[in-house]
Amino acid sequence: MCSVCGCGHGETRIDGVSIDASHDHDHDHGHDHGHGHDHAHCHDPAHGHDHDHAHAHHAHHAHADGLSPSRMVRIEQDILALNNQHAAANRARWRNAGVFAVNLVSSPGSGKTTWLVETIGRLGEGVPLAVIEGDQQTSHDAERIRATGARAVQINTGKGCHLDAAMVGRAADGLPLPDGGLLLIENVGNLVCPAEFDLGEAHKVVLLSVTEGEDKPLKYPQMFAAADLMLLTKTDLLPYLSFDVARCLAAARRVNPAIEVMQVSSTSGAGFEPWLGWLRRGVQRARSLRPVAAAAVAPQAAGHA
Amino acid sequence: MHEMSLAEGVLQVIEQQARQQAFARVLSVRLEIGRLAGVEVEAMRFCFDAVTRDSVAQGATLIIDEPEGQAWCMPCGRSVPLPERGSACPHCGGWQLQPTGGTELRITELEVE
Repeated sequence: MCSVCGCGHGETRIDGVSIDASHDHDHDHGHDHGHGHDHAHCHDPAHGHDHDHAHAHHAHHAHADGLSPSRMVRIEQDILALNNQHAAANRARWRNAGVFAVNLVSSPGSGKTTWLVETIGRLGEGVPLAVIEGDQQTSHDAERIRATGARAVQINTGKGCHLDAAMVGRAADGLPLPDGGLLLIENVGNLVCPAEFDLGEAHKVVLLSVTEGEDKPLKYPQMFAAADLMLLTKTDLLPYLSFDVARCLAAARRVNPAIEVMQVSSTSGAGFEPWLGWLRRGVQRARSLRPVAAAAVAPQAAGHA
Repeated sequence: MHEMSLAEGVLQVIEQQARQQAFARVLSVRLEIGRLAGVEVEAMRFCFDAVTRDSVAQGATLIIDEPEGQAWCMPCGRSVPLPERGSACPHCGGWQLQPTGGTELRITELEVE
């Protein structure tokens, strides 16, 4: 749709099934009910614009004062307000289920899916788990995850360059929620756009492979600023590369002084211990934050890690 | 390049306001897109024109304010300019900076009839 960047909408699929009537803008989103931004005060149209647009269709809006039909409306609303509402709904839902949700972001080819496959294999039984996979096309990644025995749902964004909270909410509808467990969301491979879109996750985790440039955190600062944890992947390849790890970490900390870093490799197994520990602590935290009433209703909170 | 989604977000807010405040046409839209918000303003203009076609905001003038980046430097204990993410504090040369301004991504005002 967009010839500037090539991104577009209207083609989203979840496990191959189209979900898009959306983005036509002539439909009513059923979720735009009253979040209180109705503080829009009309400014007096004292700024003498004299718009003589002959639009037959504004007559029925009955301007009480009969003055110039042009008026200013102050709204002060976040452009991402609608996404943020969906994200808040996702977050509430996961909180009630005691689910620790992680949004994994990176450029294409950093090793996200392989990392997830290895993670699932090593986490073991104690942690209920589900995966939401995002790609423009194909269900290859979801199939790779399902081959581990884990539950996975594939979102295909078509031309879309990122997951948004509404897509993820709908994809989560198609999964049994991993009560008291872990929801891993693998975003579309893209170091730019997913930074802006809250999906309702507890943390964004950014992966950067050592086959990419060590200055990537400076080139794509939004993403590294938005992430709480950076995984430097494929570190088994370091002996064959001139990648300067210290320089890379310094770059990441320039854009995000608080970012936590782990150096990892799916091939050698390096870094799994701190990573699995990080996940398990997150799961424990999510379980402990689950409202008491919700925990009592849900059967599952057993099986501690 | 998520400007298309952002432009759709703008239109959603406008359409919601059009229902609540009963206006039929938007003459201009004022946005605030901070310098640190990671948004390409020219792409935003292009996408806005594309998504508002056949809507209440078709042909509306897009006015974009771009607040400068600001950050709180923790070692210095004061507010400093931050031209881009990853820039150093102009006083101490460090990077212990917490952005406090320039990350805005808001619709501030509509001119409607």
